[in-house]
Amino acid sequence: MSPEKMVHMANQIATFFRTQPGDDQADRIASHFKDFWEPRMREQLLDYVAHGGAGLDELVLKATKRL
Amino acid sequence: MTSSTMVLDDRDMGTPAREGAPVTLTIDGFEVVVPAGTSVMRAAAEAGLSVPKLCATDSVAAFGSCRLCVVEIEGRRGTPASCTTPVAEGMVVRTQSDKVRRIRKGVMELYISDHPLDCLTCSANGDCELQDMAGAVGLRDVRYKPGENHYDPSATGARSQAEARLRMPEGEANPRYIRKDESNPYFTYDPSKCIVCSRCVRACEEVQGTFALTIEGRGFDSRVKAGAGADDFFASDCVSCGACVQACPTATLKEKSVVEFGTPTRSVVTTCAYCGVGCSFKAELNGDQLVRMVPYKNGKANRGHSCVKGRFAYGYANHKDRILNPMIRDRVDEPWREVSWEEAITFAADRMRGLQEKYGQKSIGVITSSRCTNEETFLVQKLARAVFGNNNTDTCARVCHSPTGYGLGQTFGTSAGTQDFDSVEHTDVVIVIGANPTDGHPVFASRLKKRLRAGAKLIVIDPRRIDLVRSPHIKAAHHLALRPGTNVAVVTAMAHVIVTEGLFDEAFIRERCDWDEFQHYAEFAADPQHSPEATELLTGVPAAELRAAARLFATGGNGAIYYGLGVTEHSQGSTTVMGIANLAMLTGNIGRKGVGVNPLRGQNNVQGSCDMGSFPHELPGYRHVKLPEVRAIFEKAWGVPIDPEPGLRIPNMLDAAVDGTFKGLYCQGEDILQSDPDTKHVAAGLAAMECVIVHDLFLNETANYAHVFLPGSTFLEKDGTFTNAERRINRVREVMAPRTGYADWEVTQLLANAMGAGWTYTHPSQVMAEIAATTPSFAGVTYELLDEKGSVQWPCNEKAPEGTPLMHIDGFVRGKGRFIVTDYVATDERTGARFPLLLTTGRILSQYNVGAQTRRTQNVLWHEEDRLEIHPHDAEVRGIKEGDWVKLASRSGETTLRAKLTDRVSPGVVYTTFHHPDTQANVITTDYSDWATNCPEYKVTAVQVGLSNGPSEWQESYAAQAERARRILPPAAE
Repeated sequence: MSPEKMVHMANQIATFFRTQPGDDQADRIASHFKDFWEPRMREQLLDYVAHGGAGLDELVLKATKRL
Repeated sequence: MTSSTMVLDDRDMGTPAREGAPVTLTIDGFEVVVPAGTSVMRAAAEAGLSVPKLCATDSVAAFGSCRLCVVEIEGRRGTPASCTTPVAEGMVVRTQSDKVRRIRKGVMELYISDHPLDCLTCSANGDCELQDMAGAVGLRDVRYKPGENHYDPSATGARSQAEARLRMPEGEANPRYIRKDESNPYFTYDPSKCIVCSRCVRACEEVQGTFALTIEGRGFDSRVKAGAGADDFFASDCVSCGACVQACPTATLKEKSVVEFGTPTRSVVTTCAYCGVGCSFKAELNGDQLVRMVPYKNGKANRGHSCVKGRFAYGYANHKDRILNPMIRDRVDEPWREVSWEEAITFAADRMRGLQEKYGQKSIGVITSSRCTNEETFLVQKLARAVFGNNNTDTCARVCHSPTGYGLGQTFGTSAGTQDFDSVEHTDVVIVIGANPTDGHPVFASRLKKRLRAGAKLIVIDPRRIDLVRSPHIKAAHHLALRPGTNVAVVTAMAHVIVTEGLFDEAFIRERCDWDEFQHYAEFAADPQHSPEATELLTGVPAAELRAAARLFATGGNGAIYYGLGVTEHSQGSTTVMGIANLAMLTGNIGRKGVGVNPLRGQNNVQGSCDMGSFPHELPGYRHVKLPEVRAIFEKAWGVPIDPEPGLRIPNMLDAAVDGTFKGLYCQGEDILQSDPDTKHVAAGLAAMECVIVHDLFLNETANYAHVFLPGSTFLEKDGTFTNAERRINRVREVMAPRTGYADWEVTQLLANAMGAGWTYTHPSQVMAEIAATTPSFAGVTYELLDEKGSVQWPCNEKAPEGTPLMHIDGFVRGKGRFIVTDYVATDERTGARFPLLLTTGRILSQYNVGAQTRRTQNVLWHEEDRLEIHPHDAEVRGIKEGDWVKLASRSGETTLRAKLTDRVSPGVVYTTFHHPDTQANVITTDYSDWATNCPEYKVTAVQVGLSNGPSEWQESYAAQAERARRILPPAAE
């Protein structure tokens, strides 16, 4: 998928979990990626992060370290 | 009926059933026990004694007009009408005596004195209650001389038809004779046959709730009239549900199909294949000629009612467009070649295996159909998991109710509506949010309206003034006409009012929910930034109105929430579902009759297709593929390893196709090119695939990009089950042989076996046995049980052997109910200078989704094209008049359609339906989607509207491509 679309989708997930209580938001975002994103999509995300991850929410960046 | 399949007792008991303390009485010497409030007529019917009747039928309240049902009651004077007389303890009734026999005969004689006696050629011959009653009362003579009557002068008389014709008085008109009204495409109204029993009028009011019919005139002039003034049936408010036709005891209102094909002689109980209400029908036939569909009284979803689609719009099954032979082609720019089943299946299987060898195991996938049976859907996802060896399976629920799955799963612990439809009879306050039941779920709407007329209150949350807001004898207490995309803000503001005004049900929350999470949620909701006053500017909903609505819901008694795709199809669809669950928990409205959270499912088997493991992340029964104990169940049953990683969802499949890693798709009974958003992207994805297998009734839009076409079977041609919005598993029964030679489940099996599966199912009941053996919520489901009970609601297992009408009665499926913080996040789809209006979409009563079926029926007479609803103010500033062609453009694309000016939509909002492929409404919708599930944001698109000369360039090139893609080579000469 286009990087813009992927960044948009990933950031939407982060936006929801940011509002949730607790301090495990990054873990929960990572779980969401593992539960619902097909490995190809996660690879694309990780690859994108490896190339700088421009535009990604910081919580997404944190979550990708747990993938 | 000379034969019937699985019809349980559905006699007409004369008057509706009642609930009450038992009352014992004696009728004709037999002791009968019935609930208090029951009529003497019904009590007699319960005892197997039928009292003659004409104006009474058990779908409507007793009326007491025909006086045919008179009886004698010991100790009472006169001869009371048994239909309007309630039973009393110790009552002694005689249904037969000289006195009542004389009265009945006299009454019948009067009726017959103004009834044409063309019985032998009458369309109701053999199916006429007037005829039956004349027999039952022993009418042997009519002593009245010819006088004033309502006859067709060309067809009078008790003589033979031929003689009557011969003696026809030439040139003599009968001023009282009113011609047949043939304006409705499905039934006729013949006033000369009318006995003015008012059953049709009452059915229209009480059962359907439309109030389109009345009795016009007085005394001898009285006739049934649809609408007002010069209206005929078609021009009136009539919604063609057919309740009047069903109620009519004579040939006055008659299905045109019965006029054409004659009285049906056999009957099979089955389930409608349109919306998620899942109405039960008796398919009535002669041989394999379907004569009519009659809603089945014992159907627990519909209780004997139906809409225009279910009852009448089945003609697509025999439409000339139906494809009956398999077809293949190497490339999509070639014409189709008709081939044998064997050749088509081998071609498809070889291509799919070849793609896997070349591009990897995960390069192909399936889309299961929410229109097909549970058994068929189960096999298609099994094909992906056990034969393809991946989890690339998804279903159209992705684009409608996937947020329901996520949202209710997170809050309650399972993805399903909490109630049965009967529950609405016990509700006091109803919230309808993002749903338009009178168009989308008409039979439920009729049941809801009945309850509203009896006093329940209604709150509508919708950007558009849907019919429920104001219709005959219905007025919503509050209509919160919010701006599209602000559901979360409105729902949270309601919670704010309930929390800050102390209207929540603390006892319920303490007992049933996680208290810590509640406290956190309450703190969140109470924040002044969520108050109706603070959000008014954003949502457009006046704060006072919202406060009043929240108070009403929290304090008005049993509160039920019904919602539809106006909730789910948003960037925050899942969040709104959680917000709705929060509201229900806050107010203690879970776990009993009359309350609950009720998703109104779009398609007949959306619930079932989700239950059956169609989603790429979960196996049947909503269990994640990552769980080894769940995989073990299926690995043991299927003898293959199951991939522990989630597969691709539909939008992800299309993205992967464009990226070149997804190459083959088996798509059963779904038209993604028309129904999915951002058509150009869908087309690009399909065009990038090397093997698209479409399994459908018609060459749909998706088939324009297909290499294999496998002809499908209609719901009339196969056995199986559908699961409706109330989790009710209903049987679908084969009423005629599959026209293509194979039911859909057999075709999937052929494909699987050509790929080496070795499946050996010979009947769908064996598939259900496999579902029951692997899926705990279905453990007790068998075809025998369904035949015996008619239907069951899952979970159906050891704990609930007869199913579960209400969920979460003593505790939530997940244990404690979970309050989840629902912060409003504006969609990124924003209006601006280029696209200043918001487009939202919906359905209309007569058409169904992409219209593949309903467009191939007479239903097109009601809706032959999609129109753009626009507020007169927005139209005026653009110079748009009623009926003008307008261009509708978004950042995704543009299309043209005609405008309809209406204040149903607020200024700034436009609305259209998406039933016609020429409209291409989804060229406009964007690739934005729900954050959790990728459910597309159909309901909010920033658009501009302007005058146009005709179809857009895209529409023209699309139409040309579609025409090329649909060419079929003529059969080769022998």
